[in-house]
Amino acid sequence: MEFVSPEGLRLDGRRPMEMRQIRAEIGAVTKADGSAVFEMGNTKVIAAVYGPREVQNRSQQINDQALVRCEYSMANFSTGDRMRKPKGDRRSTEISLVIRQTMEACILTHLMPRSQIDIFVQVLQADGGTRSACINAATLALADAGIPMRDLVTSCSSGYLNSTPLLDLNYVEDSAGGPDVTVGFLPKLDKVTLLQMDSKLPIDIFENVMQLAIEGCKAIANYIREIMLENTKQLEYRRGI
Amino acid sequence: MLHSKTFVKKTRGGKVNKQVREHYLRDDIYCGAPICKLCDSSAARLSPSASTILVLDTNVVLNQIDLLENSAIDDVVMLSVVLDEVKNKNMGVYNRVRALCSNSLRRFFVFANEHHKDTFVKEMAKESKNDRNDRAIRVAAQWYQSHLGGAARVLLITNDKENKRKAIAEGISAETIESYVKSLDRPDLLDLVVQPSSEDVEMEEVEDLRPSKRKVIYTEHKPMSEITSGLHRGIYHQGKLRVNRYNPFEAYVGSESIGDEIIIYGRTNMNRAFDGDIVAVELLPQDQWHEEKSLSIADEEDEEEDVHLAPSSADDAPRTTNLVQGSAGDTNAVSSRPSGCVVGIIKRNWHSYCGSLEPMPMPAGSGGTAHALFVSKDRRIPKIRIHTRQLENLLDKRIIVAVDSWDRLSRYPSGHYVRTIGEIGDRDTESEVVLIENDINSRPFSSQVLACLPPLPWSVSSEDLANPIRQDLRDLRVFSVDPPGCKDIDDALHCTALPSGNFEVGVHIADVTNFVHPGSPLDDEASQRGTSVYLVERRIDMLPKPLTEDICSLRSDVERLAFSVIWEVTPEADIISTRFMKSVIKSCAALSYIEAQARMDDSRLMDPLTTDLRNMNVLAKKMRSRRIERGALTLASAEVKFQIDTETHDPLDVGMYQIREANQMVEEFMLAANVSVADKILKHFSLCSLLRRHPSPTREMLEPLLRTAAAVGLNLDVSSSKALAESLDRAVGDDPYFNKLIRILATRCMTQAVYFCSGDLSPPEYHHYGLAAPLYTHFTSPIRRYADVIVHRLLSASLGIYKLPSIFQDRPQLTSIADNLNYRHRNAQMASRASVELHTLIYFRKRPTDTEARVVKIRSNGFIVFVPKYGIEGPVYLTARSEKGGGEWFVDEQQQKIKKMDGSLSYSVLQTVRIHMEVVEPQPNRPKLQLTLT
Ligand SMILES: [Zn+2]
Repeated sequence: MEFVSPEGLRLDGRRPMEMRQIRAEIGAVTKADGSAVFEMGNTKVIAAVYGPREVQNRSQQINDQALVRCEYSMANFSTGDRMRKPKGDRRSTEISLVIRQTMEACILTHLMPRSQIDIFVQVLQADGGTRSACINAATLALADAGIPMRDLVTSCSSGYLNSTPLLDLNYVEDSAGGPDVTVGFLPKLDKVTLLQMDSKLPIDIFENVMQLAIEGCKAIANYIREIMLENTKQLEYRRGI
Repeated sequence: MLHSKTFVKKTRGGKVNKQVREHYLRDDIYCGAPICKLCDSSAARLSPSASTILVLDTNVVLNQIDLLENSAIDDVVMLSVVLDEVKNKNMGVYNRVRALCSNSLRRFFVFANEHHKDTFVKEMAKESKNDRNDRAIRVAAQWYQSHLGGAARVLLITNDKENKRKAIAEGISAETIESYVKSLDRPDLLDLVVQPSSEDVEMEEVEDLRPSKRKVIYTEHKPMSEITSGLHRGIYHQGKLRVNRYNPFEAYVGSESIGDEIIIYGRTNMNRAFDGDIVAVELLPQDQWHEEKSLSIADEEDEEEDVHLAPSSADDAPRTTNLVQGSAGDTNAVSSRPSGCVVGIIKRNWHSYCGSLEPMPMPAGSGGTAHALFVSKDRRIPKIRIHTRQLENLLDKRIIVAVDSWDRLSRYPSGHYVRTIGEIGDRDTESEVVLIENDINSRPFSSQVLACLPPLPWSVSSEDLANPIRQDLRDLRVFSVDPPGCKDIDDALHCTALPSGNFEVGVHIADVTNFVHPGSPLDDEASQRGTSVYLVERRIDMLPKPLTEDICSLRSDVERLAFSVIWEVTPEADIISTRFMKSVIKSCAALSYIEAQARMDDSRLMDPLTTDLRNMNVLAKKMRSRRIERGALTLASAEVKFQIDTETHDPLDVGMYQIREANQMVEEFMLAANVSVADKILKHFSLCSLLRRHPSPTREMLEPLLRTAAAVGLNLDVSSSKALAESLDRAVGDDPYFNKLIRILATRCMTQAVYFCSGDLSPPEYHHYGLAAPLYTHFTSPIRRYADVIVHRLLSASLGIYKLPSIFQDRPQLTSIADNLNYRHRNAQMASRASVELHTLIYFRKRPTDTEARVVKIRSNGFIVFVPKYGIEGPVYLTARSEKGGGEWFVDEQQQKIKKMDGSLSYSVLQTVRIHMEVVEPQPNRPKLQLTLT
């Protein structure tokens, strides 16, 4: 199948190095301490953060740092086919774990000992790149909740189809069965905190594909900063500062 | 990051669920015209001086691709909406259009109108997909018109009346393809224009006045919906139709749903399907599953069997042989093989065909248009009606014709002339026909490919010698043994006696992968070609000449890079150890088989080289006898060798290829090297190795051999290759040629060995029947076979010298490479055979000959003979064709005999007969070889 035409356009009209339209909104769930909606093209994810708060189950309390918990789920209407997915299936457990570890790595947990932070992410609409969108949404929600972090962690995926590295695969490209590299990145510290790929790729090509995903992460970080700045300005305005 | 200003969501109706896809519209898609001031013209493809820019409608691209390939049509804008439609309808045409768009000599520009912010159109309510696409084409044409201002005329070419009308109403200039071609004032182009099928009704001149003329000849194809539901319910069976190469009135459809082949008899049951079409078949009621009715040599009306080269394997041979029934027709046994008829065609395999026009008188007042019947060289293709303005010109030419349509009312499909190759009977023309027919690329290598070659003159550099991966073997006494005059030497040998009494034997193969790098244009080209092709008078190389004849060729007295396999073997020829390495060698002698044989036979010669040869020969003989003990078959084929006049390239002499001990010696070590390499690569890469297997023949395939053998009182055991080999050894009659003849007949019952990817099959299926080897591959001829190039890469990777190219991780692609290699290999063989047949004809044109022949098959009106001296096979008629099957002769099937009614004369299978061979011309320009009894 031709995923990149000889003219250099992908099926949806993007060029190989282009990301889908991204959009973010802070504060969608008022009850939560922090929340955000993040969209990458047709993938739409909502995240809500509670905490830091008292640890619910005392036995899990950690004395020198905060406990981070994460729950990932997919809305039943998110994929279009009306298949009811049981909660806590293997895929969601795995993604929950990935998100938790990624977020934990950038939260300054030692500043909040004996407390608990809950991150809930739900996929509202899925069109490829859901785990990246979840991480981005979670970052924004954590920032919204005012939880101290080392850096903004952002995520983006890239793939390799028709001998071309492609940034930010959508569902059609993702289901082509090619390699799909998901990267989590700390832009200020210039560090990769998450790297996932479930197929084989020669190392020199892999480096290019990964680098492309990192560029994507940087672009997302810039966007997230803009959104946060705007949000802060609005808060200032509302409080009349 | 994102250039799109706006974006629109396009909804696509899926089967069950609605699918939403993003569709980005861009402002960075340019028009491709260098005259344009607004756009970035770095990627412009149209000519700067174009006065007219053509925008093509989908129907024009789909139907007129032959015309578009003519360089008279240029400055074309190919819209992405058109490309998408073409891709959905006909992948073959799509690939050809894509080739035009990427050809730097042509001016075809792809405009991605679907992603351009000004030319994207949204589907309107109640608008069909087709109408929407037509509108998109008009919008794009209009955009071009206003975008270019008056700088060039934009012309929409469409054969859709409605689209043209709307376009003109919207102020776009539009024309049909016919009127556009007429305006070019090039009458020769008009033959290329495909006529709409409704218009060609006046066929009286050609379709000789049969009473059935305008009657419905074929049953209607079922609509697609009915076929789908029929397939679903199991009433119809889907499969690829394969027409019998030797009897075009018989075809097979391999059906997965019933797990058997369905036979289709006759053109009526084939119902306009071509060879290679994917068809839907309905089974006939069981009482109609008859055996072949007609068993005479010439089957139907004007078709007859020609003299041809004796087949060398089952793939070359007619599918059904020796099925002889009593000529009285008393045995009307119902066959167990299902037969059926085609009810619909799921996918057409139409392309263009090579052949000539059927001789016909010039119609009165020629110069205008005429209808003619085209006869393809490929007998599986029915005659094709064409419509031409240059009949007089074409009658004695080989031409290429493409098929356009086939309606129910006409006996033959209709098509159009594509181009002329040359005069019939001319050697160059006929050779070119052979190449085209077998899809062989004989074009010179492109400049990109040649740019991959190292600079000449090339020699082994000090870096090569210093390279730690390479061992310096220049001190070894390496030599090569090849056919006389061989310039592309890809293998050399050495044999050193060790102090322990053992021998060190080495096989050194040209290190082609040192020069052909994965993914380079050179590699892509070689991978496409797959193999070199050997015709009688020329060779079509897989790699450019500097590589094949100089840089890689292991010539004598020059240093060359090699890939070596070195064994330590005992005097009993048992392999103790095997080493593989890249090396530098310096061959001391390039011997021919004759020279090598002469050295070994001349007992006075005691020089080291001759001693090496003798040692090797002793080892080879032991290896060979052990291989035969294991059950390897020594088969025989009738290979023919022409001696060619160096000046005129006409054949001077023809005879069987003689095999000497020296040939067998080299062959033995090559086999051993291939086996060692196969073991090694499979051990390291169990899923992506390229191997070669030879499937065991089924009992059904061996049936003709068994029947013939039984008729002469010979009992063959075919339970295993070992049993067969042994019974072939026992088959010695009172005449010396008998054993060879039986072996030749056995060989042609087997299919050929094929390449495959090890991950696609399970280990028991890797077996090579003919060699009785569990594993086999090709390593020893990388100069002329691409399979060996792949195997070299696998071997280097298994030694850790280079890493494996990424393509090996892509199993489907590896499988498709193996498939292509099999296809190319097969075609190369067919081309060689066709070339030999062509030269046989040229040879006998001036030399009517009497010779001995053996009867190999009995038919109801004669028999088929095999002429050992020339390696050909053909029919000898006992009765004139007009009175076929008529009375005088009858066939005894049990004894495979044809007898005269009064018992005075009889011929039986394997009997020797004297025949006369002569070239006759029953029709002008159609020479053929005729065999008669003397
Ligand atoms: Zn322009």
